[in-house]
Amino acid sequence: MSTYLGMPSRRVQEPSSPIQGVRDFPAAARQALGDSVLRRNLGHATSVIRGKRAAVVGEVPDWEALRDSAEAIKTETMARLPELLEQLEANVTAAGGTVHWARDADEANRIVTELVRATGETEVVKVKSMATQEIGLNEHLEDEGITAYETDLAELIVQLAEDQPSHILVPAIHLSRTEIREVFATRMPGVDPLLTSEPRALAMAARTYLRELFLRAKVGVSGANFAVAETGTLTVVESEGNGRMCLTLPETLITVMGIEKVLPRWRDLEVFLQLLPRSSTGERMNPYTTFWTGTTGHTEGTTGPDGPKEFHLVLLDNGRTDVLADEVGRAALHCIRCSACLNVCPVYERTGGHSYGSVYPGPIGAILSPQLTGLTGDSVNDSLPYASSLCGACYDVCPVKIDIPSILVDLRARHVEAQQSRTGLRVPSPEAVAMAAAAYVMRDEKRFAAATRSMRWGRPFMKDGHLRGPLSSVMTGWSSSRDVPTLPDQTFREWWAERESGGHGG
Amino acid sequence: MATVGEARTEILRRIRSAIGEEPHVPVVPRGYRTEAGYDVDVLRELLTERLQDYKAQVVACGDTREEISAAVSGVLVEHGLTSVVAPPRVVVEWLEEPASGQQVQVVADDPEVSTGDLDGVAAVVTGAALAIAETGVIVLDGDVWCGRRAISLVPDVHVCVVRTDQVVGLPPEAVARLDPRRPQTWVAGPSATSDIELDRVEGVHGPRTLVVVLAG
Ligand code: SF4
Repeated sequence: MSTYLGMPSRRVQEPSSPIQGVRDFPAAARQALGDSVLRRNLGHATSVIRGKRAAVVGEVPDWEALRDSAEAIKTETMARLPELLEQLEANVTAAGGTVHWARDADEANRIVTELVRATGETEVVKVKSMATQEIGLNEHLEDEGITAYETDLAELIVQLAEDQPSHILVPAIHLSRTEIREVFATRMPGVDPLLTSEPRALAMAARTYLRELFLRAKVGVSGANFAVAETGTLTVVESEGNGRMCLTLPETLITVMGIEKVLPRWRDLEVFLQLLPRSSTGERMNPYTTFWTGTTGHTEGTTGPDGPKEFHLVLLDNGRTDVLADEVGRAALHCIRCSACLNVCPVYERTGGHSYGSVYPGPIGAILSPQLTGLTGDSVNDSLPYASSLCGACYDVCPVKIDIPSILVDLRARHVEAQQSRTGLRVPSPEAVAMAAAAYVMRDEKRFAAATRSMRWGRPFMKDGHLRGPLSSVMTGWSSSRDVPTLPDQTFREWWAERESGGHGG
Repeated sequence: MATVGEARTEILRRIRSAIGEEPHVPVVPRGYRTEAGYDVDVLRELLTERLQDYKAQVVACGDTREEISAAVSGVLVEHGLTSVVAPPRVVVEWLEEPASGQQVQVVADDPEVSTGDLDGVAAVVTGAALAIAETGVIVLDGDVWCGRRAISLVPDVHVCVVRTDQVVGLPPEAVARLDPRRPQTWVAGPSATSDIELDRVEGVHGPRTLVVVLAG
């Protein structure tokens, strides 16, 4: 790996959470790197999605103009957030919905639990939502005697397998069809024992199993991709139809949404609904997009009761306001969770989603998770901003133009500061010295390229993954203080350049 | 509840302190295309191609009531569908003539029709609010032609009638025409998943077959 800065390695045991693992990135990645099946599955998946994305993005002549608009709309949103949230609340309420505010995961979980209890039900159907994963809602409900059924096929697979999602968009991408067949055959109630491992057969087994649940469920729980302040309209973008089922059929709908998902105007959706599907699944448009405003049943001009009679919107902070306080880092809140940055990331492709220890993996996870949990100078997530070669591919594909590499560099600097103030060391720590050198190198494109190349030339000096001699002078301060993973023959940057020219562009 | 108000006040306070007194609000540039300017032939062709690309079946017909009714009947016969549900207006307009040579049970939707009833019906026939050619999307908005959302979700075959004068070129043209207060569903092909080794499988929970009758 050409993550030449090395990574801070902490062995501190802290309570893990859905956005913070028990091990730091290097430790988790080391294990993932040894799993060749995982690497093959991931390599295949990311290259297929990259190709599809490139094709459908290429046919949009005004792609860059759409990205510019999206970036500005998100910046505007953050600057006007209090006013927009109040407007959203007023409009959702006027349309028959109820708005709740949750400062942290516990508060959100408590609110949802009480809302479900009030219906008298003990089961809910769920449509994939990063926000509810982030707060660990399913586990919380389980403890309270409420069963939450994930209905997104991949989420269902992961839930039945008692595994963790590894990708935002295709959470079960680390599992092969044979493994999935095993999971279904052993854990899906009422499944045909003769089930084959054909994707079609597996999808149909899930259809049969879930249909009965959809038809009887009285409570749905969802996330939201966007919420329009001006009208109170919420949107869920999906493919399988499980979202429509959860949003339409239950009597009560509870939506948990991060405060940053609000948009000022209805019109803004014309930008995001062009950017998201093409960036995400590489489709011109995803199969289903649902829009609802409060309890829309009695809107003039429509055909009578339609959808849930009760609607609750839970607005979640959970660390977002801390992210917002950082002028550079706050752009991480612009993310629309398309996962394009994961699919082009050479580090993600090799280490997989689990190494990041958070429901937010990949480049976006590397900037979002540590900001949500806080860079303390002493926590597991402190290692995440180092999980990057700073190749810049994530920025190029990001539909809302989040400058992930710059935020990574900023977070590394903040980490070093935090560490200094924590240890009270007046003498800079070895990481701090190396970081200063690294910052110097990273400011200049040529110096960066030269430094990573010189790392590769350092290979003959390595034995069993440990340094046996000096590397370039710039690197020495950092790398000699740490184990450095065995370096590949090519740097990421060279490999990337070659791959791009080979037409597999992201 | 007191705590609810507390959380609200606290979160808004945190946001205000995070963004500062007078944060810079950028002017949003809108340099993207807002109108495609395609004529009706291009719109028809493009929509057809894009829908087919997502494995929807497209049937072209004339735009009179008789021609649409005949096209819809033809689809029901072709797919061997013996029961359909539709919004009352659609029943009156396009489903009155019995499908030739086939007994079709027609259910005019009303709030008494339960989800379980819908599960027992083979197909749904609806109109549309509009369609977007470049992205291959049909939009349902709960009006008298589209009906409530459940009817176009539970049955396994969705037959959707779109008139060519309802077809726009680009998403911004659609957004400008649609009423956000109505429950909307944007549909691009039948439901699909690529969750297992990225193999695309058409038809998961929504209708597994989508037929668009393009009239005019
Ligand atoms: S950071 Fe950008 S590219 Fe990555 S998931 Fe978010 S929106 Fe997509």
